[in-house]
Amino acid sequence: MSETTLETQGLTRIFGGGRTLFGKQKPEVHAVQGVDLKLHEGETLGIVGESGCGKSTLARMLVGLDAPTEGTIHLKGEDVTALAKGSPRGLARSIQYVFQDPVSSLNPRKTIRRILESPMRHLLGLDAGNRKQRLDELMDAVSLRREFLDRYPHEFSGGQAQRIGIARALAAEADILVLDEPVSALDVSVQAQVLNLLDDLKARFGLTYVFISHDLSVVESVSDRVAVMYFGRIVEEAASKELFARPCHPYTRLLFDSAPVPGKKGLRGEKGLAELPDPLNPPPGCSFAPRCTRAEADCQAKRPPLETKDEGRRAACFHPLENAVLERTA
Amino acid sequence: MTTATQTAAPDGRAKKGGRPGFFTLLVANRLAAFGLAVLVMLALTALLTPFLPLAPPDITNPANRLLRPLTDGHLLGTDELGRDLFSRLMWGTRVSIAVGLSATLVAAFVGSAIGLVAGYAGGRTDNVMMRGIDMLMAFPYILLALAIVAVLGPGLMNALYAIAVVNIPFFARNIRGVTLSLAHREFVDAARLSGKGHLRILLTEVLPNVLPVIVITMSTTVGWMILETAGLSFLGLGAQPPQADLGSMLGEGRKLLFTAPHVSIIPGLMIFALVMSINLVGDGIRDVLDPRLKSGALSRPAAATAVKRDNVPPMPVAPSEAALDVQDLRTEFRVGSDVYKAVSGVSFQLRERECLGLVGESGSGKSVTAMSLLGLVPTPPGRIAGGRVLYQNRDLLESSEADLRKMRGGAFAYIFQDPLSTLHPLFTVGDQVTEAIRAHQPLSYRDAWKRAVELLEMVRIPNAAERANAYPHELSGGMRQRIAIAMALANDAEILIADEPTTALDVTVQAQILKLMDALQDDKGAALLFITHDFGVVSEICDRVAVMYGGRIVETGPTDEVLNSPAHPYTRKLIDCVPVLGEPERRLDAISGLPPAVNRLPQGCAFADRCAYVEPACREGDVALEEQAQGRAVRCIKPLKAETPEAAQ
Amino acid sequence: MLAYFLKRIVLAVPVLWGLTVIVFLIMAMIPGDPATAILGSYATPENVERLNRQLGLDRTLPEQYFIWLGNLLQGDFGRSYSLNRPVLNEVLERFNATLILAGASLLLCTVFGLLAGIVSAVRQFGWTDRIVTFFVLIGISMPSFWLGLLLILVFAVNLQWLPPSGMYAVYGGGDLADLLTHLLLPAVTLAVVATGVIARLTRASMLEVLRQDYIRTARAKGLSERRVIYRHAFKAALVGVIPVIGIQAGFVLGGAVYIETVFQWPGIGRMLVQAISTRDLLLVQGGVLVVAASYVLFNLLADMAQHALDPRLKS
Repeated sequence: MSETTLETQGLTRIFGGGRTLFGKQKPEVHAVQGVDLKLHEGETLGIVGESGCGKSTLARMLVGLDAPTEGTIHLKGEDVTALAKGSPRGLARSIQYVFQDPVSSLNPRKTIRRILESPMRHLLGLDAGNRKQRLDELMDAVSLRREFLDRYPHEFSGGQAQRIGIARALAAEADILVLDEPVSALDVSVQAQVLNLLDDLKARFGLTYVFISHDLSVVESVSDRVAVMYFGRIVEEAASKELFARPCHPYTRLLFDSAPVPGKKGLRGEKGLAELPDPLNPPPGCSFAPRCTRAEADCQAKRPPLETKDEGRRAACFHPLENAVLERTA
Repeated sequence: MTTATQTAAPDGRAKKGGRPGFFTLLVANRLAAFGLAVLVMLALTALLTPFLPLAPPDITNPANRLLRPLTDGHLLGTDELGRDLFSRLMWGTRVSIAVGLSATLVAAFVGSAIGLVAGYAGGRTDNVMMRGIDMLMAFPYILLALAIVAVLGPGLMNALYAIAVVNIPFFARNIRGVTLSLAHREFVDAARLSGKGHLRILLTEVLPNVLPVIVITMSTTVGWMILETAGLSFLGLGAQPPQADLGSMLGEGRKLLFTAPHVSIIPGLMIFALVMSINLVGDGIRDVLDPRLKSGALSRPAAATAVKRDNVPPMPVAPSEAALDVQDLRTEFRVGSDVYKAVSGVSFQLRERECLGLVGESGSGKSVTAMSLLGLVPTPPGRIAGGRVLYQNRDLLESSEADLRKMRGGAFAYIFQDPLSTLHPLFTVGDQVTEAIRAHQPLSYRDAWKRAVELLEMVRIPNAAERANAYPHELSGGMRQRIAIAMALANDAEILIADEPTTALDVTVQAQILKLMDALQDDKGAALLFITHDFGVVSEICDRVAVMYGGRIVETGPTDEVLNSPAHPYTRKLIDCVPVLGEPERRLDAISGLPPAVNRLPQGCAFADRCAYVEPACREGDVALEEQAQGRAVRCIKPLKAETPEAAQ
Repeated sequence: MLAYFLKRIVLAVPVLWGLTVIVFLIMAMIPGDPATAILGSYATPENVERLNRQLGLDRTLPEQYFIWLGNLLQGDFGRSYSLNRPVLNEVLERFNATLILAGASLLLCTVFGLLAGIVSAVRQFGWTDRIVTFFVLIGISMPSFWLGLLLILVFAVNLQWLPPSGMYAVYGGGDLADLLTHLLLPAVTLAVVATGVIARLTRASMLEVLRQDYIRTARAKGLSERRVIYRHAFKAALVGVIPVIGIQAGFVLGGAVYIETVFQWPGIGRMLVQAISTRDLLLVQGGVLVVAASYVLFNLLADMAQHALDPRLKS
């Protein structure tokens, strides 16, 4: 396995909290709790989960847009937690970010040229001549015509705008890209174009991706490894091919069972109501236990730790599924 | 409303190559143009006053006191000291405009600076600054100005300061609000990741976006500030004699109201004209700069879509067996001179008890089709331009509004996409279901409420009797969609129309809602028209499917057949470009290019530009939707065969 | 709900306290020496110093403030030197008249503003809408003090239907009918601008709400258009309009200054203008404090009304 480039330990983000003027404890929400991740050079790590699982907060912490409450981030063996807390600028040359909403991530009052030049100027300090050359390279890389450089964001479709967003991330010459739902806002026909482009760019520039999405099939198709998040924690992590083929955690299995597949019928969703626990009042044990068919007394009492199960697979479950080979009945 | 108005309009604008200029738009607004003309005239005369051959404004001449207007040598007469009113009016206007403008500039500068910093910094800075502003706002506006003048002493400059100070909170609050929403926009994050510092982001990223709001706020408050300074002068607290602004002229004239009303009426008229022209221009500027007001988007949608059909297919001779028979439906949006043909000739039949899926990407016209059936497309700008919607051998497009209302929620029920925005935020969910029942059944409120609770139980809401008293925001997304389904089932509808009902939901919730809808449809024996972009969802719930592209159905047939051997190249591509769970190795076959803009649909096949099999004949004439086999039809001159390697893959 | 109201009332206390601080600071900023101002420029330095000590002006600013605040809380607003009577008595007497005027105006502008706004939104681009829009534009561009003069000229001088000024007739007045005839012109004049503002906002708010998805849902349920507009749309629009009605209370209370001057209404506004001209600063201070405090209460009411209407604000 190749070298670890980015590593987090016990990464936690708590929103709210503190005390009111009268010393009363304010409610706090643990958006991300104790996340340990290793990102290997040249791989794509997928992070999948439903709304409210903390995947976007995690992504923002990785690039320094949000400061972790606890935990550390190591970049190529160096502790950069303090750097990330200070400002994203510290990490921006190594890690860049691609936003979900391509249009709102581009300033409506700036030309594409000025948007793309910004990281070259402020992070790399390139002079005008070099910037011009680099701009042309970038536009070619994301297959957009060079004359688009002098247009404004509102003149572009969602897919084109997302290409520009990717070009901006590349402009800083970072080798790690955190992609936060990069295709969710796009139509399916355009989504495939962008996914293929990401694939090409990765091969061409030797990039490493953290790919975050709620869409299981998209994550599965682009990732080498996938981590499943539920209620702020990683519940299972495995090689992409393995994860859904032999899920360990009942939640992974539920996700698989819930995803509709073209040409097949017969979803096996859960019986009860799919409600998340109250984030202000989380259960003491496994947060999935209230929905879990395999839950027993110990699940409610104690939180299962994320343990290495077998080769390259980690799961946080006291009663994992064993050798459950998943197949959808037609 | 995820209809073509939103998705297609920006596209259309992009291609036109820029918007008309600011000034062109402003002058196009007749009222604003009129205001601008008056304002320019008044401003010019005010500027030129020193150079005009006017009588000196402050020279008294008691012999000529209180002359009426149109007296020789005194166009507007004289005041009680015999001073020429016309000259004083000109000089007074000059002073009033200058003071009003200066006060606006001061208030705008200080207020915007506070608003920008507070909104961008957030947290404690914001809190401290805004509490201070709130304190100032806790005073009635004019009272604070009075208190300031009381301290500084009467005088024109002091009045100016007072008016500027009391308007600072107004700017600060407005600008803070806008800055706050901008500071959380993704492009600000992007700028941080580009290595920009906070000050640079504030000045080069945020400020350019806030500037229009500052201009709007200034243009809508400058008239107000002129009024207020005039008011202080009127009370004798502003301009001091012999200097005069319009307000002090009016104040002096007040004492002579009964004997010489012209002395007070004339300056009042001038203030009025000045402020009104400024307000007209201000409104014009706001309309031009505020993007929400563009393209008639603020028009009130009528109760039902306008129907102006150019071509109506003949009524069928034999009664149709289908529950719903849609023939050659056409719906357009007219925005300015553009016509967006969101739906251009859609025909399908919804059979009894079946589920028909209407599949397509955004802008394909699938939602507009569904909304058109019962006239729910907003007019303006939408209108139904052709076709028939046949239900029980009646054309729904011909029915009166009252008949339409009986159908809506009665025989037809809708379920919409985002259950948070589609439920009324201020009524309890029980009340909303009860209302749906009572719109069609003569039940007392209490009985209908009981029935509503039963419906909530039917869609498996736990503690239904209690949950009925909840407001939509207190429920989760899945729960809200269950409420929407309960509402649709309230009157045993024969036809359910579900517009992307699970798109806003998480997969695990989506699975439950799909299962629920499937079961309830079976149970109730209703026909279901299901609109979605997801072939996986289609497979789960639909018996038949119709694929839409560019406002038309390009392929239709039983779900399995269409999915396993699509005949239209677009359908094929649409299936292949989506990754499938459990098949990660599958190659994604992207469709190059973009969907067509529906205001400039090409001649011939709309997919021709993106199609691998295109040939000249595709672009020549209209391609008809032709029946291939029993129940299968495709709009393609060279449909894919099941044997071809592309289709068999 | 009750708990929330109580909390709001408690939260109004710091605002009221802030008002006293601002008023105190404004008054403390007055250039010149109050003792000299009171005693006149012929006063001997010894007298000035003695008066300064009596007034507590030799202490530090915070000390002065707390003494002053203590006095306020005991109802001692000082003595007006121009009227030679306690400030509080004068202010309360005058405030009564202002409250009648401002209350009537607020009622008028709320009722007519809402009505005009709804009608013009429902009949968007129709003739009613155009007429309303036209009058709204005139209303908000009109100097109210000038409008008052015009109305006096027309209705009092030319037509002689209504009295030109005052609150009661000098001879034989004093009953409710007399008050109402005197009230009509000033109340209408004062309400014009606020009516325009409320009408405008109501129209915009209604148009905004009518495009919302939940209005489409209401129509899809088969509700009558009347129910859609007056139950579903109006209630949602009202949530946005109520805070503005609260703000209008401030404009009406402030605008009363002009109107009371024009119509010789014996209210607090006219008193303030006179007090400023005679530099009777204690009277100004008392008047400003009382009006500002009443405005805070008005806003409190608006806030509570909004909370009663919008369940989303509770969480």
